[in-house]
Parts: sequence; structure tokens; C-alpha cells
Amino acid sequence: MGAQIRVYRQKIASTSSLRKIFKAMELIAASRIGKARSRVAASMPYANAITRAVSAVASQSEIDHPLTTEPEQIRRAAVLVLTSDRGLAGSYSASVLKQAQSLTELLHGEGKEVRHYLVGRKAQAYFDFRNIQYQQVWTGGTDSPEFSTAREIGEELLSDFNTPFEDGGVDEIHIVYTRFKSMVVQEPAVIRLLPLEVVEEEATAETDLLPLYEYEPEPEQVLNALLPRYIESRIFAALLQAAASELAARQRAMKSASDNATDLIEKYTRLRNNARQAEITQELTEIVGGADALAAS
Amino acid sequence: MANNSAELEVEIVAADHFVWSGQATMVKARTSDGEIGILPGHTPVLAVLAAGELAIQPVSGDRITVNVDGGFFSVDSNRVVIVADNATVGDEATATR
Repeated sequence: MGAQIRVYRQKIASTSSLRKIFKAMELIAASRIGKARSRVAASMPYANAITRAVSAVASQSEIDHPLTTEPEQIRRAAVLVLTSDRGLAGSYSASVLKQAQSLTELLHGEGKEVRHYLVGRKAQAYFDFRNIQYQQVWTGGTDSPEFSTAREIGEELLSDFNTPFEDGGVDEIHIVYTRFKSMVVQEPAVIRLLPLEVVEEEATAETDLLPLYEYEPEPEQVLNALLPRYIESRIFAALLQAAASELAARQRAMKSASDNATDLIEKYTRLRNNARQAEITQELTEIVGGADALAAS
Repeated sequence: MANNSAELEVEIVAADHFVWSGQATMVKARTSDGEIGILPGHTPVLAVLAAGELAIQPVSGDRITVNVDGGFFSVDSNRVVIVADNATVGDEATATR
């Protein structure tokens, strides 16, 4: 009988120590998320300025440059997958990987080869476990990405993009990441980085019209300078959004984990009290029974 | 394209942060070909910045110098957007307008 109480006691003790860990992780995620969100906001002006310039350039298609022209045939696509380094973030990495998987199938369906580039140990583990080939992986610091990482990834992708298909280059670059919509909503998203997707937008005011730029020094050189920066800034923006999403997902997952732990502790406490009461009752019955037996003899 | 108001709207952004914005009467920048001065009413330009110093003459106050190490800038309808890889305002006191 005493054994049962001991078992419940052990369960209560281990669940409370788990709850402490969950609580701590929730608080850590909560304290970091503010910073991650402000970094997303801080990167916006740069990304906007570059995107504006790039769209202005892309609309002037008389210049022959990879940025402004679409290859006739896309045979190999690069897919950059952004996941986290650590787990305990609910379905965060899993949903990105699922999205990447369906994108891969879609591209395969279009007859394209797919080459993966990974960010985060979770993606690496997923690909390693399934024996899927990947080109390169970057790990470390997924919850507070540095611009230098974005630059490194950008350089790698751009050099593959500039390599012809025959020499192992890619014709298309996609990013799969998690878009941070709000504290409660983060959703996996796919963007095509290159070739540029021309977004048809209606100009609402005169100032919204994209200007016909003069280039200094030459269009070619300006575009050459613009292209890597555009890619880096898009990758960096995606990394920052992914980091904010990771922290938000972790906070939410840890919140529900510690709530569940609280429920479990309550449940086990009830069971323990029940067992203790049963034991007392049994002891009493035994004493009374014993006394009765003695009196009768 | 250019309206004839006599002020430039200047915005300087770096890769991961916002640097400076404000009204100015003149912006002087260094491109790979040489220096370019921008006054209100300039035609739209998209240019590559060379590493070096930018000078901005705000509407009120002293001239501001900004150190950049590459990037590009665009000018259209009196709006100057300077996009630098890294930018530091020479005189931090004037950074907050």
C-alpha cells in the first residue's frame, strides 16, 4: 500500500521539476521575443529601400542582367530551409519542414531538380535521418541571427545562381521560412528570391510610380552591386522573421507544457491523497478487526 | 518628376538599423566614378556608393558627415534614400535631429 503513495510522490516531484524548466524556458523566450521583434522592425527600412530600387530596376527590362531577365528554362532549383537549432518549440520546425517537403514535391512535379540548403540543426537532423542529400548547412544562432550569416548564405546562393546549369548551378532560388504575423500567428511561407517575381501593383499616387532612373556609373555595375545586397537583405529579413517566430512558438509551447504539468500535478496529488486515505482506512479496519478478534476469543 | 520644393527628404539606412532621416538642402556622396552633389530637383538616379564620407547639409543645423563602406543610393522626386552596408554618423550629437 505504501508503495503506491511513494510512486505518486515521485511523479509529483518529477513533474514539478519539469514544470520549473518549462516555466524558465517560457520566460526566456518571452524576454527575447521583444528584441527579436524590434530587430525585425529595424531591418524593415533597409529591406524596403532595396526592394523599391530592385523593383524599379526590374521594370526596366531593356537591360540584360540576371536580375531583370527570366531564364527560358528552369532545370534546377535551390531551396533554402530555415528551421531552429533547438527543439521545444512545438511544431515550429516540423511545419517548416513539411512546407519544404511539399515545395520539393511541387518542383519535382515540374521536372526540376531540387537542391537543399539548410539553416538550423533541426533541418540537418531531419535530412540526415532520411538520407536526403543537401548542399550545405548553417547552424548556430538561429534565435538571434547575425547579418554576417545572411551574407554568407547569400554569397553561396548567388555563386550557385551565377554558375551555369551544366556546371552545377541553379536557375531558381526559393526560401522556406516562418512568417511572423503576430504573437499568436506564425505561418510557414515560401518566397521565390530569384528570378524576381514581378509584382503588379496599381499605383495609387503619383509618388508611387517607380521613377525612370539614371544609373551611375553604368547600369550593369549598379545592378551587380544591387543584386547581392537584395539577396542578403531578403535572406536576413527571413532569418529575423524566423527567429521571432521560433521564440514565439517556443513561448507558446512552453506555456502549454507548464499548464499541462500543473494539471498533472493536481491529478497526482488527488490520487496520492486518495491512496493515503485508503491506507488509513485499511489500517483502522485491521486494528478494529484485530481488537474484535481478541475480544471474541 | 521633380517638384520644386527646395528641400530634400533624406533617409539613411544600414543593413540592420535605421541611421538618420531628415530634411536637407544638399547631399554630397562619393560614387565609384567620383563625387556627386544632389540638390533639390535632381533627376532620378540610382548609384553605387564608394566607401568614404557622405556630407549632408540639413535645413537647419550643422553639416552632418556619415561614414559608409559601400552601398547604393537612389534619388527620386526629392527623396534621397541612402542604403549603406554599414554607416556611422560622424557627429553623434546631430544624429538625433
